[in-house]
Amino acid sequence: MKINTTQWVLLGVAAMLAAGCATSMHPDEARTKAAAMMKASFKDRGQAKVTRIDQDDMQKNCSIYSGGNVMPKDLAARLEKAQQALIKYPADGKLLGDWKAGERVAQAGVGMQFSDNPKNPAGGNCYACHQMTKAELSYGTIGPSLYNFAKLRGYGPDIQRYAYGKVYNSQAFSACSSMPRFGHAGILTEQQMKDVVALLMSPDSPVNK
Amino acid sequence: MRKTVVIAACMGVAIGFASGLALSQQDKSTIEEIERYRQALADGNPADLWEMRGEGIWKQKRGPKNASLEKCDLGLGPGVVKGVYTVLPKYFADSDKVEDLESRLVTCMVTLQGLTPAEARKDPFGGPGKKVAMDALVAYITSQSRGMPMKVSGKHPKEREAYDIGRAIFFHRSGPYDFACATCHAVDNQRIRLQDLPNLLTAKDAQRAYTSWPAYRVSQGELRSFQWRLYDCFRQQRFPELEFVSPASIALTMFLAQNANGGVFNAPAIKR
Repeated sequence: MKINTTQWVLLGVAAMLAAGCATSMHPDEARTKAAAMMKASFKDRGQAKVTRIDQDDMQKNCSIYSGGNVMPKDLAARLEKAQQALIKYPADGKLLGDWKAGERVAQAGVGMQFSDNPKNPAGGNCYACHQMTKAELSYGTIGPSLYNFAKLRGYGPDIQRYAYGKVYNSQAFSACSSMPRFGHAGILTEQQMKDVVALLMSPDSPVNK
Repeated sequence: MRKTVVIAACMGVAIGFASGLALSQQDKSTIEEIERYRQALADGNPADLWEMRGEGIWKQKRGPKNASLEKCDLGLGPGVVKGVYTVLPKYFADSDKVEDLESRLVTCMVTLQGLTPAEARKDPFGGPGKKVAMDALVAYITSQSRGMPMKVSGKHPKEREAYDIGRAIFFHRSGPYDFACATCHAVDNQRIRLQDLPNLLTAKDAQRAYTSWPAYRVSQGELRSFQWRLYDCFRQQRFPELEFVSPASIALTMFLAQNANGGVFNAPAIKR
């Protein structure tokens, strides 16, 4: 079959349309489709329900501003402020628990997986991401080293309050931090968080030796 | 129980190695010792047993139609197994879907052997006292791509769509721990405890990680497929249960497989 000029032009237009269709979809569209696809691709199991795919304002914004897409400073400040308002400090005003109990919380990695018994307490799994003591060599590097946390920053009440707030809601101090919001999400109890703060803040804790 | 003991033993070995070393050299030496442990494991890989069993199942007449899978088109034409894992996932015109290896095997079990989709998907992963056909087929078929470079196409519009959605899934933060895949796999040279975390956005790390699955998991005594790898990542991400060969699992696999293009496939591997 011989192709005439008009047919060549039509072929060209078709090729351009095909090329246009072949470009990446808009990130907003990809995120919308991904969320819908995930809701249809996961199922409830034990305590882990499909509603965990849903995102709050912070999670949504941190998903948008990732992969080289930098979050505007004013948005980061707005998110941090909103998260700060969600922190509940202990009613008794005491922030330091028992550092030995805090060490056990820092070591424990279980909690809220569908394979975990929801009746058992969750751990903080601090060592998964942070160096904390000299003795524990099996630590991760996703977060900064917390070795000598209070020795470097001071043992005063303002640092204690910062440490409790950071464990309770890391996003309040650094929008889109990789660290879970242990208090906000109900992962750790108030007592567990006090114990972790003691691990970081007590002068006799191995963190500060 | 057995799993916990074996993991504890492995960690004990690693920590034991590490604690005998000078502190200044600690991180570097720990990584070197873990690498030596991995090499020691690689000398005899029980994945061979899954590969042999899988070849038998591939050729065995099964299902209501009493047919083998030997005419299954996995992506390079009916019956072609050699090198086929390097082009997956891909778009298949007959099903009008993007399919990875596992979902394509399900499709062939339905069309060639007459199983219902539910029957074909029923036993995705092996466990204690339970050997499943899927693991063995995956081991056999992937073993036939060993030494060949990954070359997932991604040119068809549906392949491009799967890649774009897979990328969005990779960055999707949610759940009680606020985790996304990206939380652990988007930065160079990070560790969780002593485990190295590949940055799956870079070709080098994506190639190294992707081309080492499936793998025989020493701590579990099982051959684990890439579908299992994603399933278990999401469990630790505190997500609900990822359904076997679900659209999200295939889209995410497409994203990761394309990031690994050019890497030489080297699995079934062996891991702690």
